[in-house]
Amino acid sequence: MITTPTTLTRDDVAHIAALAHLDVGEAELTLYQEQLSAILDYAARLQTLDTDAIPPTASVLPLRTVLREDEPSSTLPTEDALANAPAARDNCFVVPPVR
Amino acid sequence: MSDLCDLTLHEALSALRCGDITSVALTQAVLERILAVDNDIRAYLTLTPEAALEQAEAADAARAASQDAPLLGIPIALKDNISTQGIETTAGSKILAGYVPPYDAAIVRKLKAAGAIILGKTNLDEFAMGSSTENSAFFPTRNPWDVTRVPGGSSGGSAAAVAAGEALAAVGTDTGGSVRQPAALCGVVGVRPTYGRCSRYGLVAFASSLDQPGPLTRDVTDAALLLHVMAGRDPQDGTTWPAPVPDYVAALSLDVKGLRIGVPHEYFAAGLQPAVERSVREALQVFVALGAELVDVHLPHTDYALSTYYLVAPAEASANLARYDGVRYGYRADGSFETIGDLYARTRGAGFGPEVQRRIMLGTYCLSAGYYDAYYLKAQKVRTLIKGDFDAAFADVDLIAGPTSPGTAFRLGERTADPLQMYLADIFTLSQALAGIPAISVPCGFDADGLPIGLQLAAPALHEARMFQAAFAYEQATGWWMRRPEI
Repeated sequence: MITTPTTLTRDDVAHIAALAHLDVGEAELTLYQEQLSAILDYAARLQTLDTDAIPPTASVLPLRTVLREDEPSSTLPTEDALANAPAARDNCFVVPPVR
Repeated sequence: MSDLCDLTLHEALSALRCGDITSVALTQAVLERILAVDNDIRAYLTLTPEAALEQAEAADAARAASQDAPLLGIPIALKDNISTQGIETTAGSKILAGYVPPYDAAIVRKLKAAGAIILGKTNLDEFAMGSSTENSAFFPTRNPWDVTRVPGGSSGGSAAAVAAGEALAAVGTDTGGSVRQPAALCGVVGVRPTYGRCSRYGLVAFASSLDQPGPLTRDVTDAALLLHVMAGRDPQDGTTWPAPVPDYVAALSLDVKGLRIGVPHEYFAAGLQPAVERSVREALQVFVALGAELVDVHLPHTDYALSTYYLVAPAEASANLARYDGVRYGYRADGSFETIGDLYARTRGAGFGPEVQRRIMLGTYCLSAGYYDAYYLKAQKVRTLIKGDFDAAFADVDLIAGPTSPGTAFRLGERTADPLQMYLADIFTLSQALAGIPAISVPCGFDADGLPIGLQLAAPALHEARMFQAAFAYEQATGWWMRRPEI
């Protein structure tokens, strides 16, 4: 059986936040550390079940590899696709320069 | 205040078809109700009154030209995580504030084609993550039965709007109970269809293997009507069932003789409020009086549903919400950036609220190197066991009954500090979602404070008609749905 850590360290949480591209403040790190640890602690009960012979559920549907006719259809006009962008110019999304 | 906004959808349709009322009068009555009560309830994030009245005029003109459609001239509300072309769609998040979709969700196209009128967009927990609508980045919605209490969530705005007469019906989305739980807490009918019965195309994605849109209505007939319009295969969603959609309304009848209703003792466990247990047990006896048979069934993995859901759903959410990068649409943080990663992290750190950040991090952790097997894969395996519980039970029974929510509406602020405590509000609605089966919540009584209680009936995949029929027979025998909040 897999043993799982039930408490996350502050560094763990900072690492997860970095992986998730979330800028998290110092005070929030502490709060998330407590809350995420509590949730993972609760979820640890799953480890009491023997699931070695059980396949994972990837989908509840009996459907596999659904295909459709390859028919040409209209696509979103460029101006509509750019309409919600924070910044756009010359049919492109504009992002700030990075070093 | 007019009575028109208190009609059921099917009553309004009959009145429109007889020429007793016009869609303009009906829509105006609902808009007046919104004006009168929404300052207190706050069900709507966006209202489109001018467009609604224009659509109502068009519906009346169509009717005058002898045209008809399943929802012609009926004003409804849509949860704000359902894309509407030209109408702001925020998913209750600052990161999508001001976002105006360039296309309609597939279900919106169907509802419009059926003649429905869009009143506006209703409030929700940010990205549908929550059980009280308090996680909305904009403001909390209040329960029409007691404005100091939550309407449930995440489709709390939709449920409150229907309960308060601010829409004849509404559409919500249910990932782990987000239609059924607010329906129970607001005293309306709420349906989670079979996974894949309705297209997810154009819904703001939360957890793709669980998300389903569903109706919130005053009675069961209305829910059957609305789902019949919404359901069906969609070439733009490869996870929709190809099976034809039955006429749910035509299948409604009062006859439940010989129906076998499974009652899992796991649904009457500790933590269930006594008033809820009493009402649900009384409801079961109504079924017995109507000629149905109660059968003990076992769903031994019920106790693992919460853990399974809160690993699977956040994992999927962490992937789905990776798209919010501040580049193509939505909020972007101000200032200069050292790297492109800084742009992402500062945008997402400021744009997502705390519950969304929590779930993204939980999901990221479950999927990260070294933890995938222990959390995500384990949860997907337990999901197989949970689905297996239902398969075994449905070999012996037609439906499974229990409470929708362990308690009635709680007070605003009561559970916001403790996420796990909030998650427990979904304890009876998660396992059906994980198994992909349909379930309905129907009003079955009130507690001592006058707060509504919901009975949940679940059916095997694609057996919505059976579920509607039983819920209809119960509703007609009891009439709980007729009680309306004083607002």
